Amino acid sequence: MVIEPRGNISRGVQMAIPVIAALVALGLAALPLAFAGAPVLEAYKQMFIGVFGSVFSFTEMLTRATPLIFTGLAAALAFKARLWNIGAEGQLYLGAMGAVAVGSGLIDGPAVLMIPLVMIAGAAAGAAGMLGPAILKTRFGADEVVTSLLLNFIILIFVQMMLEGPLKDPMSMGWPQSEPILDNAALPQLIPRMRIHMGLIVALVAAVIAQIALTKTTWGFKIRAVGENAAAARHAGINVNRTLLGVACISGALAGLAGVSEVAGLKGYLTTDLSPGYGYSGIVVAMLAGLSPMGVVIAALYVASVFVGADSMSRAMGVSSYLADLVVSMSLLSVLIGSFFARYRIRFAGKAGASQ
Amino acid sequence: MMDMLQIFLNESFWVASLRIATPLIFGVLGALLCERAGVLNLGIEGIFVVGAMVGWMSVYAGAPLWLGVIIAAAAGGLFGLFHAILTVPLGLSQHVSGLGITLFATSVAQFLYRTILPDVSSPPRIIPFQPMDVPILSDIPFLGPVVFQQTAMTWLALIMVGVVWWVINRTPLGVALQAVGDNPDAVNAQGLSVYKLRIGAVVAGSALMALGGAFLTMSAFDAFFFGMVNGRGWICIALVIFASWRPGKALLGALLFGMFDAFQVRLQTEAGAIVPSQIFLMAPYVLSIIALVIVARKAEYPRALLHPWFKGHR
Repeated sequence: MVIEPRGNISRGVQMAIPVIAALVALGLAALPLAFAGAPVLEAYKQMFIGVFGSVFSFTEMLTRATPLIFTGLAAALAFKARLWNIGAEGQLYLGAMGAVAVGSGLIDGPAVLMIPLVMIAGAAAGAAGMLGPAILKTRFGADEVVTSLLLNFIILIFVQMMLEGPLKDPMSMGWPQSEPILDNAALPQLIPRMRIHMGLIVALVAAVIAQIALTKTTWGFKIRAVGENAAAARHAGINVNRTLLGVACISGALAGLAGVSEVAGLKGYLTTDLSPGYGYSGIVVAMLAGLSPMGVVIAALYVASVFVGADSMSRAMGVSSYLADLVVSMSLLSVLIGSFFARYRIRFAGKAGASQ
Repeated sequence: MMDMLQIFLNESFWVASLRIATPLIFGVLGALLCERAGVLNLGIEGIFVVGAMVGWMSVYAGAPLWLGVIIAAAAGGLFGLFHAILTVPLGLSQHVSGLGITLFATSVAQFLYRTILPDVSSPPRIIPFQPMDVPILSDIPFLGPVVFQQTAMTWLALIMVGVVWWVINRTPLGVALQAVGDNPDAVNAQGLSVYKLRIGAVVAGSALMALGGAFLTMSAFDAFFFGMVNGRGWICIALVIFASWRPGKALLGALLFGMFDAFQVRLQTEAGAIVPSQIFLMAPYVLSIIALVIVARKAEYPRALLHPWFKGHR
């Protein structure tokens, strides 16, 4: 058996792979559904209705996609430079903490002032969260995969500590939660009586900016150069370490904005269950998107649909909503396998087709 | 200060240290096998979860404890095989595949648990491995309780350190295994299969990782609950670098870690009033990062780690 490269991959194939992968993963969900004893077709129908059945459910899906766009962008930009930021979950919480620290009564002012301040505070906190592992990498050569992963646990415990200490809401009856975000600092709703909020607009703007920055600016060129071949980039006069530190900050800031968006746009106050793993799902989003920022938006919509659809199916049919995590993780593995078959063909030695 | 010395002189401290170290010994050995062969296995965290769930569930369903251990190892090996196929013959990104395996394995375990036991509010319990009270040996002062009153799985972990050391350093297979992680072309030139060696190492290593998870539900505790692995797998990935990919040092690293963790728990009871308990909870993760930073510069990674090798390419 011999593996050989296919040569150039057409853009169409490149776009088709994640779509096929997503469909394959959704199709494979039939197995766990059957295992759980659910009528499979009815379950799919319930999932579909759960997302597209009403305006409300559709906006719920968009609300769920909002943090995923941010964490997906965070992963996509970092991975593009081959900086393995697996710490978006922790950076999300840092961002939420930054937002709560500034936006829950420390200062007050009009919304035009408070909303940007809350965002800057959250983005800065998130950026600091990835700058740490990046410095440990560039200064000491410590693998950022491990350090950024371990930081997730440290930060979550730190959040607990803050919620039982300085950030604790004295009115919360002993429940570990922060004081609520002031009305002036909260991200406004987009549609009355729906939970969808301004965070989505910010996320879309961030995706457009990231797309332009990555494809049209020298900074984006440097990121891609460092990611493709750090040694060659260094040889070409690019300051690799500085590029990595810059990407780390932007990536962390984007993950931090996911936290700001959740806490100031949706929940209103910080608890330790703010995120059901958006940081980790962001990695799946980025990979499905082929690390393209605009692709991240579409992939986030898909992953959010899976989560919202599975939740609704779970309520209707009693199948565990962990099905969603199963589908999302299978999507990641499928797109990975798909990328292989796009780039290579397998030739079985001894077969007639072996010679060309 | 006297109090701290008291902690070290207390045999229960050493019993706890070895108990905390046990899952890490399995995990570091497993990661070491994979990485020695040139494959980073970030599936470790999810494989821990699978081992914990599957081993426990088997026993809960009526299997004897040792059969549960074997089933857990087999389940771990299966996920390892998946990772190995993606990263060895297909040569896909070891980072992405490993993270994918972790997400996949974790959600498989959680979905199965919830589906098989839909209505439980508090986790059901099994009768786990009991401390082995060896006659005479257990009565040796100090050493007796520390070593001989552990459960059989801790013994298994210690035995595996010897087995892995022996295989790597004293057998032709071990020589081939190290070579395939350093210079796969040379292994191929010898007429050995790079693919088989790497896949075998990842499967065996993943089975060991799953034992680390199984220890949690079948020896340290008696139930499975979500989030119980809590980063232990990632800590093993840091420890294997700290151990410079050597089984003996892996044991040492896991033991040091266990000692530190046992120590901080005891310190917590002493200083709990002044220092927030979360500081102590953070300690293991902080310690892992510090250990990694200290050794990072001089770490000699297996030279072909992360590099896929394709047959027929030069």
